Amino acid sequence: MITQNASEMAAAVASGEVTSEALTQAHLSRIAEVDVKVHAFLHIDTEGALAQARAVDAARAKGEKLSPLAGVPLALKDVMVQKGVPTTCGSKILEGWRPPYDATVVSKLKNAGVVILGKTNMDEFAMGSSTENSAYGPTHNPWDLTRIPGGSGGGSSASLAAFEAPLALGTATGGSIRQPAAVTGTVGVKPTYGGVSRYGLVAFSSSLDQAGPCARTVLDAALLHEIIGGHDTYDSTSIDAPVPAVVAAAKMRDVKGMRIGVVRELGGEGYQAGVLQRFNESVEVLRGLGAEIIEVSCPHFEYALPAYYLIAPSECSSNLARFDAMRFGLRVGDDRARSAEEVMNLTREAGFGPEVKRRIILGTYALSSGYYDAYYGSAQKVRTLIINDFNAAFAQVDVLISPTSPTTAFKIGEKADDPLAMYLNDIATIPVNLAGNCAMSIPCGLAPEDGLPVGLQIIAPAMADDRLYRVGGALEAAFNEEWGGPLMNKAPSLTGGVR
Amino acid sequence: MSEAMLDYDDVIAKYEPTLGLEVHVELNTNSKMFCGCATVFGAEPNTQVCPVCLGMPGSLPFVNERAIESTILIGLALNCDIATWCRFARKNYFYPDMPKNFQISQYDEPICFNGYLDVEVETDDGMRTFRVEIERVHMEEDTGKSLHMGGATGRIHGADYSLLDYNRAGIPLVEIVTKMVPGTEKYAPLVAKAYVAELRDILRSLGVSDVKMEQGSLRCDANVSLSPRGSGILGTRSETKNVNSLRSVERAIRSEMQRHAARLDDGLKVVQETRHFHEDSGITTSGRSKETAEDYRYFPEPDLVPIAPDPAWVEELRATLPERPSVIRARLQKEWNIADKEMASMVNAGVLAVVMETVALGADSTKARSWWVGEIARQANERGVEVIDVGITPADVARIVALVAMGELTDKLARQVVDGVIAGEGRPDDVVATRGLKVVSDDGALLLAIATAIASDAAAAEKVRGGNLNAAGALIGLVMKATQGQADAAKVRELLLKELGQ
Repeated sequence: MITQNASEMAAAVASGEVTSEALTQAHLSRIAEVDVKVHAFLHIDTEGALAQARAVDAARAKGEKLSPLAGVPLALKDVMVQKGVPTTCGSKILEGWRPPYDATVVSKLKNAGVVILGKTNMDEFAMGSSTENSAYGPTHNPWDLTRIPGGSGGGSSASLAAFEAPLALGTATGGSIRQPAAVTGTVGVKPTYGGVSRYGLVAFSSSLDQAGPCARTVLDAALLHEIIGGHDTYDSTSIDAPVPAVVAAAKMRDVKGMRIGVVRELGGEGYQAGVLQRFNESVEVLRGLGAEIIEVSCPHFEYALPAYYLIAPSECSSNLARFDAMRFGLRVGDDRARSAEEVMNLTREAGFGPEVKRRIILGTYALSSGYYDAYYGSAQKVRTLIINDFNAAFAQVDVLISPTSPTTAFKIGEKADDPLAMYLNDIATIPVNLAGNCAMSIPCGLAPEDGLPVGLQIIAPAMADDRLYRVGGALEAAFNEEWGGPLMNKAPSLTGGVR
Repeated sequence: MSEAMLDYDDVIAKYEPTLGLEVHVELNTNSKMFCGCATVFGAEPNTQVCPVCLGMPGSLPFVNERAIESTILIGLALNCDIATWCRFARKNYFYPDMPKNFQISQYDEPICFNGYLDVEVETDDGMRTFRVEIERVHMEEDTGKSLHMGGATGRIHGADYSLLDYNRAGIPLVEIVTKMVPGTEKYAPLVAKAYVAELRDILRSLGVSDVKMEQGSLRCDANVSLSPRGSGILGTRSETKNVNSLRSVERAIRSEMQRHAARLDDGLKVVQETRHFHEDSGITTSGRSKETAEDYRYFPEPDLVPIAPDPAWVEELRATLPERPSVIRARLQKEWNIADKEMASMVNAGVLAVVMETVALGADSTKARSWWVGEIARQANERGVEVIDVGITPADVARIVALVAMGELTDKLARQVVDGVIAGEGRPDDVVATRGLKVVSDDGALLLAIATAIASDAAAAEKVRGGNLNAAGALIGLVMKATQGQADAAKVRELLLKELGQ
């Protein structure tokens, strides 16, 4: 039952073949069985999930119309708030905090009858590319437990690859949905900035953060995208326009006549040979499906990483100022003698991990009087140049493609002491966050040298998210035919037995 | 420890002041700047809060359109240009009563800029207009309130613990900043006061704020610096906070000028710092030094989209602007047929608005003016409050004027009614009833008192009969005494003369 796609599970619930409660219980059992190895979850909301599932079953019994994913379980990245359910953002500073409100995406999931199993592990405050920066220990990649599941949303993607959940929600500031999807052989979408409400998404970098769907198939991601997308008056930056028709696009399976651009700058040096091999094969598959392949150049992408590491830390230095021990979360050193300022300092010293501190310090510096123009100001100009690159490219093509990540999953600890090497994981995904348009990662095979999943990135213009699903759906269908089934069939069972 | 002060005339002999005024106005919108919470003054602590104004993780601000409208109205009333595109910015600093540890404000892109306000001050040469140029009018959110408990001063230093009330956090605030105001000479304190008073009147006429200085809905930071006369060198300024009344604006500026001058005379430097004004002593004391000025790390607020007011909408708002207080004054001065000096004394006493209201309720303008400028202003001054807060309303004064006009009260009795209303004994009719202050208009009672007076001072009565009308005064006095002042003197005179054949 747990190896089905979300759309299949929803159909089974709707037809009465299975109850949502049984489906939810099956996933809770799977979590109980394998999460000791994977550590995808920080909190499992057994009671809450079962209650939601029973509510869906009751609604069905009464003959109410069910939404397309009603009764299907989902894993929620621990950076989004759910009323009464612990939310830590992978940080000690929020340990024990139970939010007093629901994120807009959480309200939408609840209204759609999606069952929230629990909160998934992540790099602290979404800062990282391996989940090793979680204050609660790393998540392990289900394909090889000695390797990272990507980050920051490693928990969400790992839960899909471990069949602990058929759906998950991630958030991306630089690549935190796509890179984990790539290295776990799953699908991840960063929607257009403003396409999904950020209300209740604990901010890392407000101008870059975006929540998005994670799933094992393109159609499942599309179904989830339609539920969470749309305008929200609680988020001023959300776009007041209908959600692009992503489900219809995912079902088209036709790229004939589409113009697909291969970004010259996203490939070559620094990319693993097996990654490039699978990417190049994918290009040929697309050509075979009738797409027109055009090489395009985005010359300013090389400045994306440095610009990102000025903008994101700058905004985070301000966004994370609210963690001050006054109203919620950790409080250290309050002996009734120390001043509020001392308690703030001690709490932040004890509560934040090293990567978070590094970025707060970087950002504080970049925004300082006298440095602002040189750092934050220049980075914003680079951002404009990258937007111009995309505009020029999309004048020629409908979508762009590239490898999602330069490498497959690396070993836990391998890059932990080298922040720059770690940052390079997101070199192909960051330009999209800076420009605010949308992108998807889908699996495109296993790298020959290590047998690990490789991700292909599809990039579309802002509010043309449907194009991602059109290309992704067509490629997925072609791959499944070629491979004789989904790539996930090749993933280890984690239990030693047969799945 | 109080510092040396130079005599004010000596200050002016040697130095030229430059003013700068920053006024914070709490808008009277029903909801906060960036969330839907209520804004009722004086509510139980932490009852008007939500995830947004508490800065809960994940929450986001959304702009109160009404606050933008009010700010544009203020800008238009102050002759400002209105930005066609502007942004909010984050001002970053840590303080426990600021939930997010940054304040959403505006930095280099204010919504209104480049305005002016003309204020009139009575000088030795009559009324003179001073133009105060406005640098900017921008929007921001208010902070919460810290209550420091257990210490002697109510300040954070020495307190045992602090309580935080976030009801105020996120209330829309408009900051109005002047450019440097030179050339005010010895009138600097008066210009500062007149500016704040005029601003307050404008804001009140726009209906955008309660403008209550004592409740903090209008707060003034008064900056002043001195330069040696003729030197052309701008001096170091101090910034005085906690200036909670119009009178304090004037006193604070005057006191700072005297303190600066004493330091400069002694060859000392004026420290650029924040000062606190003390209403009781009338002097300022040192607050935070700005030498270690905080770096606020301003950057554009990424959680909000830019504001681009439609020029057509701005013009619509401009068309709704009420008559300017200065225009109203010129019109009233003509209508009421009064001299500059009288108008100035009304403005100085801060009574123009209440006089207008009183007249609007049907009172004669001269009578209304005389009550507010005279007795009521005097009592307000004694109590150290504004006239509107002394406890008597324009409706009360209009009623008292009417009672006098109807002959129900004499001026002398009316004064007692004013006292009674201010003392909280009720509305004028209540005071008249409970104090028994009725004019004795019963001719019979008066004739009896007159007969008694004639009998007790026969000599005076004889003189009047003989044609010496001046002698009537003594007799009238006796009648008034006998009726405990509740008789109309004119009426007494009329009856008395008739009685004595005149």
